[in-house]
Amino acid sequence: MAKKPVTFTLNGTERAAFADPGQNLLDLLRRGVGDLTPKYGCAQGGCGACTVLIDGAPHLSCLVLGETVEGRAVETAAGLSGAALHPLQEAFMVHFAAQCGYCTPGMLMAAKALLDQTPKPTREEVEEAISGNLCRCTGYEPIIAAILSVANGSVRA
Amino acid sequence: MTPAVETYATLAEAARAMASGDGVYLAGGTLLMRAVNAGEVPRRIIRTTDRTLREIAPVGDAVRIGAGVTMVELLQNRELAFLHAAARQVGGPQIRAMGTVGGNLFAPHPYGDLAVALLALGARVVMAGQAGARPLADLLRDRARTGLVAAIECPRPRDARSFGFLKVSRVHPRGASVVSIGAHLPREGGRIRGARIAFGAMGAAPLQASAAERALEGQALDAAAIARAGAVAAQGIDPPSDSLASSWYRREVSGVHLRRLLESMERG
Ligand SMILES: Cc1cc2nc3c(=O)[nH]c(=O)nc-3n(C[C@H](O)[C@H](O)[C@H](O)COP(=O)(O)OP(=O)(O)OC[C@H]3O[C@@H](n4cnc5c(N)ncnc54)[C@H](O)[C@@H]3O)c2cc1C
Ligand code: FES
Ligand code: FES
Repeated sequence: MAKKPVTFTLNGTERAAFADPGQNLLDLLRRGVGDLTPKYGCAQGGCGACTVLIDGAPHLSCLVLGETVEGRAVETAAGLSGAALHPLQEAFMVHFAAQCGYCTPGMLMAAKALLDQTPKPTREEVEEAISGNLCRCTGYEPIIAAILSVANGSVRA
Repeated sequence: MTPAVETYATLAEAARAMASGDGVYLAGGTLLMRAVNAGEVPRRIIRTTDRTLREIAPVGDAVRIGAGVTMVELLQNRELAFLHAAARQVGGPQIRAMGTVGGNLFAPHPYGDLAVALLALGARVVMAGQAGARPLADLLRDRARTGLVAAIECPRPRDARSFGFLKVSRVHPRGASVVSIGAHLPREGGRIRGARIAFGAMGAAPLQASAAERALEGQALDAAAIARAGAVAAQGIDPPSDSLASSWYRREVSGVHLRRLLESMERG
């Protein structure tokens, strides 16, 4: 079956790729475009490791049909840092919010989606924002603390 | 095997493409893509970019909600505040950004939390290419090969306090339903008129608890009526067993949770 050309922006840069019929966005990003930051955890919607933002909203890239991002803006953890780390990355480091790190790119994108909309979230809002993301290492507390520290402007306090 | 993906500009064209029977309709994809990833690949995936599917508009005493409206879009609409408690309970933030109202009507057990609320409110479904609307209850009784849903027409509860929703899950804030309950109890002169109680995760699809409805009809919402409704909640219902709860457990606790929901509605 014919591949479909897809054009979208990835972290602000225009990208083109060929999507296989039925190919999910996670696979398209990793294999088609070479962005390995979204992680393959379950491909069932259960873990959130594949979380990316599409037009600013958090999506599970494993459950998005690749070709449907035509013309849309996709953001992944690869786009977070420029010359310096993104405040969320810095906070995750300071608060030991990553151990094995497999959940981290998804956690960062879920947290970014929250803070972009709600710069001063409550603890409950943070818990809710990462409720679609599993972490088998940290017990979540360091992750919640890291996200709250960015909101409070106290990453290094 | 790889599927053919067909994208149509209008719902009508998508509905025609579905008519041959070998296509599966893609909405938000949270269930369909999960199946595709697991190797259950349909021959044809049919989708549409029709904007009318995303519209929310008042029609008389009801609100018409396009089948393609996502949970997040529903949560951003103040006219639909009465459905927010249910929509907020559908999965995590990603699932709510992706999952649609239409898809929720077809979600297998234990899913379909929003459909439970819609069923309790007596919502009707507008099918693509068909005039008029049919009761959601009919669609839920037989969901295979029904055609495409264009929109849902949900009556607005006249009094916000007459409608209550409760989802019971083992994992908070996100978990699938042990049971979910929608209760619409409009009152006239202090008496319940037109009681509707819907259960989720108590059958293959959301269903009405008719024995509990009968126990409440014409009564005042007081301790005695609530106790009677709770006692008969699972009558005539054979809930499924799964990794979350056994059939026996669901039968035992559904009445307790119904009672708690009704008590919280009684307190107002
Ligand atoms: C991790 C995870 C957690 C979840 N948690 C919940 C939860 O807590 N509560 C809950 O209720 N659900 C939950 N779900 C299930 C699902 O995400 C929702 O029910 C969602 O609303 C489904 O909508 P969709 O648009 O993604 O459906 P899709 O996957 O696009 O479609 C699902 C089915 O419905 C059919 N369909 C979709 N739209 C139409 C239409 N307009 N007309 C006819 N047929 C149609 C499709 O053909 C398909 O068979 C969860 C799913 C996952 C993966
Ligand atoms: S890989 Fe997408 S949710 Fe697990
Ligand atoms: S750090 Fe290992 S899964 Fe979160």
